[in-house]
Amino acid sequence: MSKRFLAAALLLSVSALPAFAAKTSLVVGMPIEPPGLDPTVAAPVAIREVTWVNLYEGLVRIDRSGKVQPLLAKSWEISPDGLTYTFRLQEGVKFHDGTSFDSADVKFAFDRARDPKSTNAQKQIFAPIASIETPDAATVVIKLKETSGNFLYYLGWGDAVIVAPETAENNKANPVGTGPFKFKSWTRGDKVELVKNPDYWQKDKVKLESVTFRFISDAQAQVAALRSGDVDAFPTISAPELFAEFQKDSRFKAVAGNTEGETVAGLNSAKKPFDDVRVRRALMHAVDRKALIEGAYSGFGQPIGSFFSPNHPAFVDMTNVIPYDPAKAKALLTEAGYGNGLSITIKTPQMAYASRSAELLSAMFAEVGVDMKIIPTEFPAKWIEEVFKAKDYDVTIVSHTEPLDIEIFARDNYYFNYKNDKFKALIAEAGKTTDEKARFAKYAEAQKILAEDVPALFLFQLPKLGVWNAKLQGLWENSPIPSNDVTEVSWTD
Amino acid sequence: MLRLVISRLASLAITLLFVSLAIFLILEVLPGDPAAIMLGTAAREDTLAALRQELGLDQPALLRYLDWIGGILHGDLGLSITYKMPVSTLVAERMSVTLPLSLLAILISTALALPLGIAAAARRDGPVDRAVLVFSQMGVAVPNFWIGLLFILFFSTRLGWFPAGGFPGWGAGLWPAFQALLLPSVALALPQAAVLTRVTRSATLEVIGADFVRTARAKGVDKRATLRRHVVPNALIPVTTILGLQLSFFFGGAILVENVFNLPGLGRLAYQALNQRDLVVIKDIVLIFSGLVIVVNFLVDIGYTILDPRLRSRT
Repeated sequence: MSKRFLAAALLLSVSALPAFAAKTSLVVGMPIEPPGLDPTVAAPVAIREVTWVNLYEGLVRIDRSGKVQPLLAKSWEISPDGLTYTFRLQEGVKFHDGTSFDSADVKFAFDRARDPKSTNAQKQIFAPIASIETPDAATVVIKLKETSGNFLYYLGWGDAVIVAPETAENNKANPVGTGPFKFKSWTRGDKVELVKNPDYWQKDKVKLESVTFRFISDAQAQVAALRSGDVDAFPTISAPELFAEFQKDSRFKAVAGNTEGETVAGLNSAKKPFDDVRVRRALMHAVDRKALIEGAYSGFGQPIGSFFSPNHPAFVDMTNVIPYDPAKAKALLTEAGYGNGLSITIKTPQMAYASRSAELLSAMFAEVGVDMKIIPTEFPAKWIEEVFKAKDYDVTIVSHTEPLDIEIFARDNYYFNYKNDKFKALIAEAGKTTDEKARFAKYAEAQKILAEDVPALFLFQLPKLGVWNAKLQGLWENSPIPSNDVTEVSWTD
Repeated sequence: MLRLVISRLASLAITLLFVSLAIFLILEVLPGDPAAIMLGTAAREDTLAALRQELGLDQPALLRYLDWIGGILHGDLGLSITYKMPVSTLVAERMSVTLPLSLLAILISTALALPLGIAAAARRDGPVDRAVLVFSQMGVAVPNFWIGLLFILFFSTRLGWFPAGGFPGWGAGLWPAFQALLLPSVALALPQAAVLTRVTRSATLEVIGADFVRTARAKGVDKRATLRRHVVPNALIPVTTILGLQLSFFFGGAILVENVFNLPGLGRLAYQALNQRDLVVIKDIVLIFSGLVIVVNFLVDIGYTILDPRLRSRT
């Protein structure tokens, strides 16, 4: 290599160093590239992590503590019977293409989402709606068929953002919303670039001029990109074993928060021996959650005893309902008639947390005389086909990442094959209860039922291991909803 | 010569047709519903059905196959399920990374392997030969993505000479783009160079032992000239064969190396499409990869006849 080459290389690398004046650009790293940029027609979390409240806004939003806050609706009234919601909209809001936002857009967006032909992934959000009226441009009146305690909360999700009739069809490739940032370009396989929306209705809040989302799937490559300064922030890095290095490095802020992902080992309750609650409890007693988290996620991640996110205000710690107790596990197994041992299988997706957990579970079960064979499966394609749809499994393991999804245990025909009419009625009631305190009390009761009934082994909350430049402020530490809200992110100098 | 080309072309077309059928059938039996993957586990059955209809997945298999092949014959690769973009645009974008990457790797690999292999064979058991053997042994044993990781740790993170990954695009200028491709192509090239060096060495040794070489030496041609005029041209024939076969390794290896260096190439697209069950994209990419390998082998066949005059007279 010639000297000239070296000089050129050095020069280039110097110019690539971050500038020292307060920056106004931000590069955010994400492990997975979104398939399309329209959260109203597909489920993947990565879509929300780029678009939610950055490009698109809903009537309301979820804030970093998980609470509902006004957004495009500046206020609302709920009728005493809980069936009529009257939203007063922000005025003077414009979509990125320059057209005005008004009540007709809200009606359009919601009617589009609940249309029989719609491919909205969370159609149940719109199921309670009986009618949508627009008495004037700044008012929307939504009538419900039945009371819904979480209706407002769901309207804060990415699936319920407001899109314009002129542009909705093309949002997958060319998103147009009302948010603080406008879409600039998408280099498939590499990055999505956003620029500040100069006409944003709350533009004083926005400090950044441009935001780039870069997609880097390999954990080592993520670390290299952070260290070299190619990426300023990785709100969720893929390798927990590399996280500790950043905690020791003062140039970075390394934050371990919670996601909405409850990691559970689903048990097929329709199948022997899992139809016997004693067996399910025995398996739960056999699990040392602390050791599991240590091995599967380098010690990050909060142990859970039921199916509710610690981010949610209604969360109750249930880890003591069925604690680690191998002796009790053996006793229960003997009582259920499996004193001489038991052979089962676990279908394990390829994600590191899942396969590591499966190995640890298998070792823990061996201690109580249960032989569990690991069968690898491919997530999502094969897992959805075999486990989720065909329910052809004994035990499986996966993290459920949707917020407030305890109701999956109340669904008929869900992959756990769990049937509990009392639980089902309780969840239905909670859904209809508009009084917050009363609703939360019902959720607490529901958590208790699951903890005792063990339709799945409740293991740990998937942590959100974020690493970013120490000079960045305003990024979320937890993710009460899948997002990378950069509205108020800024650099200190 | 012309007859050879025509008959090879015909077999090329038939091979491609069979390959396309195989790809389609394999994807038919592969578990995974693209609609279910797009809509997640909370989606309702009617929503799934609506998306399947939108994607044309409710059509019978034969119709979908004919649709696909018919489209390709008209130069239409179809629309990606996940990106909602023409696959031809996606592939063209990615080719602008993978093709230069592979070509650069082939160039580096040949530029390393030929001189090293010939030099090693010229003085068998000499110090050069021993060094070459050690290098090639290591190169064969160490996987390319691991070499890539070491390169990133040393040249990018430690020394800061190269970007740690990613691709600025050719629009950013020739040098930055080249700089982004250099480390990955070396990582991709080294293991293949190791194999090629061994092949070159043994092919050269074999020719050196041949009667006509002894005759040339006996006639008084000096050692250098013998090597250049008689040994190397003959040794190149097996080397070309291996090079042709290696091409598929370059594309296959590109998937891993592109992941490590986070390059938006064809390999990454294929990997991603497989995960998302973007059947349209997978089918097209596998067909393109197979097509490339088939075409290259066709060119290698033609190359023989240029390298080896005996083949020309025979056909």
